[in-house]
Amino acid sequence: MLGKLTIDALPFYSGIAMAGALTVVCTALSVVALITWLGRWRYLWTEWLTSLDHKKIGIMYVTLALIMLVRGVIDALMIRTQQAFAFEPHGYLPPDHFDQIFTSHATIMMFFVAMPFVLGLLNIVVPQQIGARRVAFPFMNAVGLWLTASGAALVMISLVIGKFSTAYWTAYPPQSGIQFNPGVGVDYWIWAVLLSSIGSMLAGISFLVTIVKRRAPGMRLMMMPLFTWAALCTSILIIFAYPALIVAAALLGLDRHLGTHFFTGLQGGGNVANYVSLFWTWGHPHVYILILPAFGIYSEVAATFSGRKLSGYNPLIYSTVAITVLSLVVWLHHFFTLGSGADVNAFFGSAAPLIAVPTIVTIAAWLLTMYRGRVQFSVPMLFTLGFIVTFLVGGVSGFLFAVAPASIHDTTFRVAHFHNLLIPGALFGYFAGYQYWFPKAFGFRLDEKWGRRAFWCWIVGFCLAFLPLYVLGLMGMPQRLNRSDVADWQPYLIVAQCGVVLILFGIAFLAVQIAVSIRDRAALAVPGGDPWNARTLEWATASPPAAYNFAVVPEVHDIDPWWTMKQEKTGGRRPSRFHDIVMPGNSSAAIVLGAMSFVFAFAMIWYIWWLAAVGGLGMFAALLWQTFHDRAGHRIPASEVEAIENHRAVSCVVAVGATT
Amino acid sequence: MTDADVTADDDNETGATAVQRAIEEKTYGFWIWLISDAIIFALLCAIFVAMAHSTADGPAGHTLFSLRHIFAQTMVLLASSATFGFASVAIAAGRGRRAVLWLGVTFLLGSGFIAAEIAEFHSMAIADAGPWRSGYLSAFFTLVGAHGAHVSVGLVWIVLLGCEVMLRGVTPFAASRVHRLGLFWHFLVMVWINIFSLVYLPAFL
Repeated sequence: MLGKLTIDALPFYSGIAMAGALTVVCTALSVVALITWLGRWRYLWTEWLTSLDHKKIGIMYVTLALIMLVRGVIDALMIRTQQAFAFEPHGYLPPDHFDQIFTSHATIMMFFVAMPFVLGLLNIVVPQQIGARRVAFPFMNAVGLWLTASGAALVMISLVIGKFSTAYWTAYPPQSGIQFNPGVGVDYWIWAVLLSSIGSMLAGISFLVTIVKRRAPGMRLMMMPLFTWAALCTSILIIFAYPALIVAAALLGLDRHLGTHFFTGLQGGGNVANYVSLFWTWGHPHVYILILPAFGIYSEVAATFSGRKLSGYNPLIYSTVAITVLSLVVWLHHFFTLGSGADVNAFFGSAAPLIAVPTIVTIAAWLLTMYRGRVQFSVPMLFTLGFIVTFLVGGVSGFLFAVAPASIHDTTFRVAHFHNLLIPGALFGYFAGYQYWFPKAFGFRLDEKWGRRAFWCWIVGFCLAFLPLYVLGLMGMPQRLNRSDVADWQPYLIVAQCGVVLILFGIAFLAVQIAVSIRDRAALAVPGGDPWNARTLEWATASPPAAYNFAVVPEVHDIDPWWTMKQEKTGGRRPSRFHDIVMPGNSSAAIVLGAMSFVFAFAMIWYIWWLAAVGGLGMFAALLWQTFHDRAGHRIPASEVEAIENHRAVSCVVAVGATT
Repeated sequence: MTDADVTADDDNETGATAVQRAIEEKTYGFWIWLISDAIIFALLCAIFVAMAHSTADGPAGHTLFSLRHIFAQTMVLLASSATFGFASVAIAAGRGRRAVLWLGVTFLLGSGFIAAEIAEFHSMAIADAGPWRSGYLSAFFTLVGAHGAHVSVGLVWIVLLGCEVMLRGVTPFAASRVHRLGLFWHFLVMVWINIFSLVYLPAFL
């Protein structure tokens, strides 16, 4: 009846695991209780959970990312604490539990923080940046969100029921094989990855089509804002790279449950190298799936807060495209030590450093933009500047990895290197975008003071946490070590521990920032809709935007169309006539499909076949119901559009009057 | 997609142009999805090639496959591609009933293909040449099985769209759905040609 699921799946074996499980359960229950107490279920369901509005989906994506970020950072704190104090006596985490934590840390950060953050910002910003009223496939876009959310839910529930994988986030066989990992942990990993991968692919296709097909009249490709360019390149990479991860994870699952021999070492004729190759065929482009949108954000922020046109608009685009292409042909540099032969290693060893060339071009373009501009040091700009400095260090350390025989592979030097790329290169970018576009999504700015405090905690914390790992790597400390008996390492590990505590403060300050900003929202309001004197089209809509974004779809003749409109004093001019606007209505099929995918995956993990059938049929039914239910969409009558636009015009005038 | 191909979002977009546009976007998106699906098949093919000699002292292709069986299976699938073409022609002519008829024939041919494949898999499994036997057979079953699973999804889809055309007639939406299903179906036939030349043919040479 319940497959492999027994009472033993509950974490009675360890106090720490029990505490984790209780935290998850209590938090979930208290959220449910709070919503019930406030009586907001209906509101939540009709306004958010069933919404197909890309802005709301974006906000939900970012919320998911921030929640999972907290979990990921707590995991990081536990790892650091273990390593800092596990000298000689073995620390507070047994090896099996330690392995689960670093696996879930990396899995969460990659799939459930970085990806949803990227997709969330894409959702909020890209349609408005290209002058579109909606994305091309609103339903598919929503399904992407709910599949990602159900993958995240799988990782969370593995804290309560069963254990998570101990095979690290790359899940290399044979460590992830049935022999060394007979429990359900790796299956949780496989299903979480599969669900979120399919979700990301749906989002990628949706954005590619939106950008290609839904740009405002007159907007040529070489007029698109850099963030939209980054979104386009990221979507292409998602479509090309994610199939490799899906294949890798699926074949791993077949090896585990059907006894196939894809990766099972020599017995049976399998070959581990195939898994490693498949995984990084996705894994390397994935780095750029995460970093390119951040680059796009840096471009927008640098131009806006320098008060001038982006220097080197064309070179920036060519660099973005070059990085996109190169990222697909360098995956082997993730496993030089596998022994692919001198010629193969030499090819990839030469290709990898080439990516530095377009990257340097982009950095030069941002620096030039700032050099010629009048820089305002607001929070998004601080994150951008912090990124440029720290990212260079990470990039330079990457050069050392292009040297195939160096002895730093698989040491903490590598850990330091990729955190050095992904924290400044990706996460700081998302934070910059989050601070920059928050007023776009909600109509009020985030508090500057707490934003600065969060920034300083993050950047100092980051340096403290990871620069010592470079040193440790050069001293020869292997990565993922549960404990050690080398006294020389411990001081560095304690410094790293301090760093992660500072980062924790950074997160707390971001939370305080939200609370303070909500409290002071009247003072921080942006009735004009354009608090930063920005340049691109998303600021031409109201903040927060009406459901339809643009009452009249703008004509574009140039890059930075909103800036041009402001110069010509045509921005925000009221049109003489309004028309009905048809927008996609709500659909509960998307969230039902996501929920059913969770049921299906959970049942597959635990071998509960009847439940898997329920989940599978549920997904199918939701899909059918949506597909063959030809809705005309939700028509917003011209009178309502006019009322909304009039209200906006009035509040703009009031705002201008207040500032002058 | 060229740079100059700028799309318009006309304010006075009428219902018909909105429908036309939605259909265009869906077809374009479907092509993109087919690309990603093609990559999945390409990777499975690559894995198969990498494991072509990993028989682990188990049976190899030439002892397992029957040329006549595979040839018949291939012909049935190719014929189904042609009958789907007739269905598309009927849709273009607005003749729903005829389209449903041809879709039905395609369904029968597709089911025949799947039945033959199941028979082949079953005969191999009882001869202890299942996917658990060797890396070569794992790759074989996964590649061919993934194709078979796609064809099966296509069969379900044919039934659904057949019902739609029957009940609602040849609406623009229904026609565009049949068009996309056609893309999917012909794509699967092309994938099969690749599988035939990569998996089966070398065993007989």
